[in-house]
Amino acid sequence: MKYLCLVYADEAKLDVMPQHEVDALIDEVLANNEELEASGQLILAEALEHVAAAMTVRVRNGRLSATDGPFAETNEQLGGFALIEARDLNEAVQIAGRIPSARIGSIEVRPVIDLVRERSPQ
Amino acid sequence: MSHDAAATRERIDRLYRSESRRVLATLIRLLGDFDLAEEALQDAFMAAVERWPRDGTPANPRAWLISTGRFKAIDRLRRRSRFDKVLGELAARLDDDGAPDPAEQDDQSLEDDRLRLIFTCCHPALSPDAQVAMTLREVCGLTTEEIARAFLTGPPTVAQRIVRAKAKIRAARIPYAVPPRDELSDRLETVLHVVYLVFTEGYAPASGDSVVRTDLADEAIRLGRLLVELLPEPEALGLLALMLLQDSRRAARASADGAPILLADQDRSRWDRERIAEGAALLERSVSSGQVGPYALQAAIAVAHAGAPTAQATDWHRIAALYDLLARADPSPVIELNRAVAVSMRDGPSSGLALVDAILARGQLDAYHLAHAARADLLRRLGRTADARAAYRRALELTRQEPQRRFIEQRLNELGHGPGDDDASRPGQR
Repeated sequence: MKYLCLVYADEAKLDVMPQHEVDALIDEVLANNEELEASGQLILAEALEHVAAAMTVRVRNGRLSATDGPFAETNEQLGGFALIEARDLNEAVQIAGRIPSARIGSIEVRPVIDLVRERSPQ
Repeated sequence: MSHDAAATRERIDRLYRSESRRVLATLIRLLGDFDLAEEALQDAFMAAVERWPRDGTPANPRAWLISTGRFKAIDRLRRRSRFDKVLGELAARLDDDGAPDPAEQDDQSLEDDRLRLIFTCCHPALSPDAQVAMTLREVCGLTTEEIARAFLTGPPTVAQRIVRAKAKIRAARIPYAVPPRDELSDRLETVLHVVYLVFTEGYAPASGDSVVRTDLADEAIRLGRLLVELLPEPEALGLLALMLLQDSRRAARASADGAPILLADQDRSRWDRERIAEGAALLERSVSSGQVGPYALQAAIAVAHAGAPTAQATDWHRIAALYDLLARADPSPVIELNRAVAVSMRDGPSSGLALVDAILARGQLDAYHLAHAARADLLRRLGRTADARAAYRRALELTRQEPQRRFIEQRLNELGHGPGDDDASRPGQR
């Protein structure tokens, strides 16, 4: 079963992290990704640019609007994700706990829906 | 109904009370779904009511119920599969997954199912409310109505909690498993917390008009016994010891009209000596492991109280020392408050008051009626009547428990309604 691990962290805290610590963190993340890939548990993992670089897109009445944002007043922002394959929630939590950023921020573990199975039979 | 049939029927009723939770625990594993397993359990007992009076009681009733339940569930899925292909696949898989005949499974694997059920109901992915509701419903077999009554909430609220918890177990694929050794102590902590929540809700309800809600306290003790039987870890032993020791004072805790009686004022001849002895023995087993956790420490404090023939003979040095350990093992403002009271008994009310004031100054227990009641009592012992009255009034504003209200009102009456000027003569005291 697939789970999406959403990595949240305080951007402001990351911004002031000394470069050698940032490098060490990146090395750790890359090494962990490699290990998870080798064991077949990682489907895709990426880090994200600042929320400041984001846009929000909506289509209403057929008209597209693209605005700056989001501007949620939260302490932690979405900073990356890992789509993983796990036997069950316990294994997913184990894997999420190995993501280095879990020590800095927090990881939301979301089960992925199989849309085809979810759809009522035609 | 013939005499034999009536006797069989009675045997089935007894079996339902003693075995239905075990059978359910195994059916959930075999069928992989709570709702399906519950239907299967009902089907299996209905089949027993039909067939046993006619065909005789099987040699191993539990195994019979498990296999019958499993076949009934597969049948049900087949019938529904006319509308849903996925269910048909599931039925086929269940039918030929080569699961061994439950009759041949050893007792250990069936006991493991009961632990699987407990750990799944108390999974950290569920909210504490949901953990409590699921445990009482699935492990203890209480009805939704019984749980709602015990927690003074509506049956729809409890039903919704259970439905949501089961949906989460299904959607997030929470496994039906006992955690591996390296996660066991954290996960057991959650389970013990749920059991203790049930106990405290029974022993000291957060609201309502009775001091003790006996059913829940009994249910929690039953759960504690089950855990000790299945998984005799030090803290499981410690929690059962603690619950038994607290419960030993049940008959002495309230007056005939339901008002609470303080530990110091209780008739100690009414304490249940059997429960105290059992609790003390369990505590010894727990401590002999070499690990001493927060539940064992609280049990040790309860044993110290239980061993004092009179309130005056209480060993406050020992109790205050145990609270020191407890405050380090499991830091919380409520434990600090209890520690302050123990210190006041050892060193005098002014030392206790300084500690209580420090806790309140941090703003942590400002809305906790017992903190103000404890402060009031210390002020009373210091002879600061007006301050004591003010603190009792604050406690009165905060409590939602009717017996507590009556108790505080009585204390206020004892202090008299005079202008309490004794503080005016000692303005520097505050």
